Amino acid sequence: MDYILSIVILACINMIAVLGLSIFTGFTGLFSLGHAAFVGVGAYTSAILTYYYSVPFPLALAAGAAAAGAVSLVIGIPTLRAKLRSDYFAIAILGFGEALRVILENLEITNGARGLPGIDSFTTLPVVLLCLAAGVLVARNFLRSRWGVACIAIREDPIAAEMAGVRLFQTRLLSLVVSAVYCGLSGGLLAHFLSFIQPVMFTLLQSTQLLAAVIAGGMGSITGPLIASFVFIALPEALRVAQMWRLVAYGLLLVLIMVYRPQGLMGYSELSSLWRRKVPEPGRRQP
Amino acid sequence: MNVSTGKFFSARDLTKHFDGIRAVDSFSFDVAEGSITGIIGPNGAGKTTVFNVVTGIYRPTSGKVLFRGENITGLRPDRVVRKGIARTFQNIRLFNRRSCLDNVITPLFQRERCSFTGSLLGTPGARRLERALYERAFELLRALGLERFASMQASNLPYGLQRKLEIARALATEPTLLLLDEPAAGMNPEETRSLANLIAEVREKFRVTILLIEHHMDLVMNICSPIVVMNFGTLLARGTPDEVRSNPDVVAAYLGKGKDRR
Repeated sequence: MDYILSIVILACINMIAVLGLSIFTGFTGLFSLGHAAFVGVGAYTSAILTYYYSVPFPLALAAGAAAAGAVSLVIGIPTLRAKLRSDYFAIAILGFGEALRVILENLEITNGARGLPGIDSFTTLPVVLLCLAAGVLVARNFLRSRWGVACIAIREDPIAAEMAGVRLFQTRLLSLVVSAVYCGLSGGLLAHFLSFIQPVMFTLLQSTQLLAAVIAGGMGSITGPLIASFVFIALPEALRVAQMWRLVAYGLLLVLIMVYRPQGLMGYSELSSLWRRKVPEPGRRQP
Repeated sequence: MNVSTGKFFSARDLTKHFDGIRAVDSFSFDVAEGSITGIIGPNGAGKTTVFNVVTGIYRPTSGKVLFRGENITGLRPDRVVRKGIARTFQNIRLFNRRSCLDNVITPLFQRERCSFTGSLLGTPGARRLERALYERAFELLRALGLERFASMQASNLPYGLQRKLEIARALATEPTLLLLDEPAAGMNPEETRSLANLIAEVREKFRVTILLIEHHMDLVMNICSPIVVMNFGTLLARGTPDEVRSNPDVVAAYLGKGKDRR
């Protein structure tokens, strides 16, 4: 039971980070290979606050999220202002993420590469579920807001978006900061669940897994990446009996999704639209 | 060169070079308020480049763009839009995977001042604004006869209607000057005629001045006055449709020079 519970909690923590990356990649159309670094910033910030300074857990979580958002400005401002094309941006942020990891490995306060042990485990299932539910709700509201609508317009056509009055740089930067805040929150929860963190937990490999969940789950969808993220965490655990084959199964699943559903599980649609769509469409929206 | 700032819109000595190619070469023209001004010219004359320079997508190599007494040269596109210039594109650029309604609501939203936290929390005020904007978007779709397609994905619209949706989206920025880049491209004569009516109607209803690029001569000759003719990035002629039609330089640019005409 405890084992299953911990998998569920881990999956939910991962889902929060994927939710953030989904806003940035799935809805704004920019690829990132460095978002695990923001998870790391959130994890270390909140862990250091509770560990050394006994800051209350909710406050430490918020501080971790805010720190991740602030750090994202450091890479976001120069690269997004230069209007780097999506793939170049992914590389730039990859380098940034790795640099952050090296910094974490060499600081006194982070206890270097050995990691930070003995963090209080405040993260329980209710806390995680609450954060996830709030995260989904806020993401949905964001995507319906002036700024979310602008993000989606940029993904669809940056030039047309600008001619619709969208501020390209500010909107992309906002999207990055919002996604980094989600990752930072996820990191804070992770640190206080595992009660041990070390820099190698926040590398390119983790960034790739986040991105894989977004793409396999479907661009432009909230629910798709959440499902994919849950499956990607739960599946390797469920397959632990098969030991050496579980990573093969994981890879095979990714390949199969890309071959048979290149748009991802729920590309550009939501779970809720599955039953809503049964109503005939045209002319329905007369006010 | 004396620049009068009282004019509605004027481009002065606009020049745009692309690595030695002079796409637009000290080109000057005015647009009078309330007019439907046409820009014509052979392919590659630099018409669309003029639009791109005016709307800030390209920065001009030199020259000035003046709009309602302000110098808007080199402003970012979203700034130009806020000054009151909107445009459509030669190769349609819609937000393809969004519904028609969402296409139109995007520019409407950008004109609003919203509270960021209010939007994230989904406060009643934010919801009210969203509903009001959806209604306005629907009205705009209705004005262009697209209300039946409100919830349809933009890329699924027939070609002619996609062009109309682009006009609706441009109007949603509440422009005073509307630039149309080949609005009748790919339309048959029948559709072109109804588009001419629509453009005249839009001008009346939304009180916009229209500047359009077009190759369909019947459309241009019917609804545009004055007409500006471009060739090789420069001004070739300007005048009423009749003046332009009988201008020997214009005829030469379109049909080539006869041997005995030099």
